[in-house]
Amino acid sequence: MAQNTKEKKKTDIVRILLIFISLAFVAVMLVIPLVSVIYNSLRKGFAFYVEALSGKYVVSAFKVTMLATVIAVAVNTFFGLVASWALTRFSFRGKQILATLIDIPFSISPVIAGLAYIMTFGRLGWAAPFLEWLGGLLGIEIKIVFALPGVVLATIFVTFPFVSRELIPVLNADGTDEEEAAALMGAGGWSIFKSITFPRIKWALLYGVILCTARALGEFGAVHALSKTRGKTFTLPLEIDALYLSGDQDSIVASFAVSSILVILAVLVLVLRYVLEYKAKSAGKRR
Amino acid sequence: MYVELKNINKTFDGFRASRDINIGIEKGSLTALLGPSGSGKTTILRMIAGLENPDSGDIFIDGVRVNDIAPSERGIGFVFQNYALFRYMTVFDNIAYGLKIRKQPKEEIKKRVTELIELTGLTGMEKRYPNQLSGGQRQRVAFARALAPNPHLLLLDEPFAAIDAKVRHELRMWLRDMIHKVGITSIFVTHDQDEAVEVASQIIVTNNGRVEQTGTAREIYGRPATAFVTEFIGQPAVIDNYGRLKGFEEEDGFTKAVVRPEFIEAFKSDNSRFKHVIGCSEEGTITDIMFRGTSLELTLDVGGIKLSTHRSLERREVEIGEKMRVIIYRLFAVKGDEVRLIENEELKKQDMHNARLESYLYSQDGYFVM
Ligand SMILES: Nc1ncnc2c1ncn2[C@@H]1O[C@H](COP(=O)(O)OP(=O)(O)O)[C@@H](O)[C@H]1O
Ligand SMILES: [Mg+2]
Repeated sequence: MAQNTKEKKKTDIVRILLIFISLAFVAVMLVIPLVSVIYNSLRKGFAFYVEALSGKYVVSAFKVTMLATVIAVAVNTFFGLVASWALTRFSFRGKQILATLIDIPFSISPVIAGLAYIMTFGRLGWAAPFLEWLGGLLGIEIKIVFALPGVVLATIFVTFPFVSRELIPVLNADGTDEEEAAALMGAGGWSIFKSITFPRIKWALLYGVILCTARALGEFGAVHALSKTRGKTFTLPLEIDALYLSGDQDSIVASFAVSSILVILAVLVLVLRYVLEYKAKSAGKRR
Repeated sequence: MYVELKNINKTFDGFRASRDINIGIEKGSLTALLGPSGSGKTTILRMIAGLENPDSGDIFIDGVRVNDIAPSERGIGFVFQNYALFRYMTVFDNIAYGLKIRKQPKEEIKKRVTELIELTGLTGMEKRYPNQLSGGQRQRVAFARALAPNPHLLLLDEPFAAIDAKVRHELRMWLRDMIHKVGITSIFVTHDQDEAVEVASQIIVTNNGRVEQTGTAREIYGRPATAFVTEFIGQPAVIDNYGRLKGFEEEDGFTKAVVRPEFIEAFKSDNSRFKHVIGCSEEGTITDIMFRGTSLELTLDVGGIKLSTHRSLERREVEIGEKMRVIIYRLFAVKGDEVRLIENEELKKQDMHNARLESYLYSQDGYFVM
């Protein structure tokens, strides 16, 4: 009996210690820095905060970020659906290779992605003659690197795997019986997707889209390599960096103000994610 | 023949799942595809439905070659192994799906679904989701869903596998009656011979991608055509030195034999009913007694050979270790794929033409011999 209580006390101590360490770690590494961003952003008062956010460069960066994010999310949602469908519903040669390739953006540094695009689409890149030819054909100059298309491409690259990553396990787990049953009754591909597949994957899909969005909003490295013009091709993270590096007090506070937008967006994403996980869980019970 | 498969072959990544399959199924019949797991039953069903294409061979339904006809155009209702109910649709919507796809008028859909819900005894469940149903109810929904578009052929893949043993028997009877009531030609897959025997009018035994035998339950029990069927059907004990048993001589090349419990009689040595034939009996020791609900299953050691037999609960008590007299009426001897029924020669001499066989088993004054 005495032995038991002693044992119990010991596990109690371990438990409290582990919880404390986790909490302290999260506080030091995440919460305090984020709160300090918000605090610093308001150091010169709310009027300054608003002014900092309505500056020409910031508004441009906001627009670029939104544009890149919307395009990247749309493209990757479509691609994610197609890829996960192909990988789970068909068997073909090189399937495993495709699955591995899709995950590359997870394991490669974004800066390298940026540089790779310069080498491909830049003035000396492989695709340059083709782009020149195409531009000549259309009567315009096609510029990708150091222009908006480059920013968009870089964002697409880093957010590539998020949607398919979420969809593949769900599609695999549920098998194809229900789809086959529908097909046997004469349902066409679109109708099967709409009435059978989509209801099953919708939470996973939304979750993937949210993760993709969060990553697209915050991307720095890949975009940094491909975007050099402040006020034109800069995204919010690049603008924050520029403001901060410019050194004077006002700019630094302004950089915190811009950061606070990203923090707020991140918190929104977190809340959405929490809600979605909860929804997906209760939907998961419907089996 | 309503459904015919001719020389069907199917290979999956080099694995031969169907080998030269020939099957004929009559209109209105209820056929079981019976075989061990992995023997290719589902593959056959899926090829008939068009969910899988044979590498070679022809499939005919109602005289029409359907190899190149789309699955949805073959007039088939399919009940999947785990029912594959649409989990995000209610019972009503599940059953209505095939009709909606066919763009039938709303009124007619409602009428047909209600009719099927009544037929399958699902009244009151219309608004439930599949996860709110019991296994038996799900089976009924799957059945109703498959029947909704009025198919001419119903295919069912292991329809009872997901059902509790307790209600399985009841559901088998229900499904059999229902299929007869609807009058639809049906083929179902099972690995359970009791199920095949109870439900089907024709059984097709499959093994290793081949059809081993086709026939009624009685034919398959009474005259197993191949070694596999002999060892698969019934409750067989496989022995390899049957020449040692009294009344049997090992026939040329038939080294293996299969004995079923009903081929064996075990009686106490003081049982007067068997006194004429005690000379053709062996001594056996009871090594195990299992209570089977309606009878006992005795396991006996007969000179090193393990045999089992059933014993009525009405008869005298027996115990483990007890010495019994054992008569083996007959057995199936097997050579390669050849099967031969061998009768107990000594017993035959004692009892010409089995004249008294009945009386060995049943006395005049009571049902069972004590
Ligand atoms: N789509 C498939 N791909 C590869 N192998 C398959 C496929 N379908 C069935 N098989 C193989 O074919 C064999 C027979 O399968 P199946 O027809 O499902 O047997 P049963 O229904 O009698 O259990 C099994 O060994 C199985 O692994
Ligand atoms: Mg099967």
